Amino acid sequence: MSNFNWYKYSSPATFYGLAGKMIPWFYGVAALLCVAGLYLGLFLAPTDFQQSDAYRIIFIHVPAAWMAMVIYVVMACWAALGLAFNTRLSFMMASALAPTGALMTFISLWTGALWGKPTWGAWWVWDARLTSELILFFLYLGFMALQAAIDDPRRADRAGALIALVGVVNVPIIYFSVRWWNTLHQGASVSVTKSPSMAAIMLAGMLVMALAAWMYAIAAALSRARSIILEREKNSQWVAQMVEGEA
Amino acid sequence: MNWNSWPEFFNMGGYAFYVWGSYGVTAVLIVGELLLLRSHRQKALTLAKRTVKYGKVEKDES
Repeated sequence: MSNFNWYKYSSPATFYGLAGKMIPWFYGVAALLCVAGLYLGLFLAPTDFQQSDAYRIIFIHVPAAWMAMVIYVVMACWAALGLAFNTRLSFMMASALAPTGALMTFISLWTGALWGKPTWGAWWVWDARLTSELILFFLYLGFMALQAAIDDPRRADRAGALIALVGVVNVPIIYFSVRWWNTLHQGASVSVTKSPSMAAIMLAGMLVMALAAWMYAIAAALSRARSIILEREKNSQWVAQMVEGEA
Repeated sequence: MNWNSWPEFFNMGGYAFYVWGSYGVTAVLIVGELLLLRSHRQKALTLAKRTVKYGKVEKDES
């Protein structure tokens, strides 16, 4: 592995081609997993004895909430790499992840509201889990708004990276909020140390949907990164060659 | 299989509004993101082609 040239893949030109080849695979696997997960979750999984069929929202809610946090951490890592090594591609990856992260956060809030109403009797409560998730949504929006507001892409990158890094403290707060505070939101259904508190088939459906969300998020972020690369590198030699080769 | 009929499936034990409201809005949002990604890509390609054809173009938007 010592001969592996990491720098080669940090070049936008190489990355552009590689990502282009990988995207259809990620979309394909995401679609297959989604069909399998929906079949498990909506058709095979039994009705819950307490929550009846309202619990089926879990197959979207939990994967979306996980992705909302994971994408934010990955985005902060790219931002840190960008600040440390000044690599253009790192900042472009951070920008490419934000809209998909915001989407996942919105989905988790939306499905949470639709789940909260029948089970708690309220669409929304200012509980620690819900509030910190809402803050995550605003962090994503703030990151995107800040980048959009600054004309110079290099300054926009650095300002955005700063928000991403400062905001990352919110992620452990979201995760542990159900333990640190007395929340209406239930505790973790799945954890590394305890055996899961749900039926195997429900758990399977949720995990398959979570994998589908991973694959989808990777495909969407790579696809957005390619467009950002084209926009930013439009004056470069390799874009000129590629565009002329296509025409 | 958990259901005996399609109407039973769609009724979701009386929670149809909440369950299908979750799945439906999520589906619409995902399709929306996919459409946005496609239009972003097309815009970026057009911009790159114009730049190659006419040289450096001034940024007129975003």
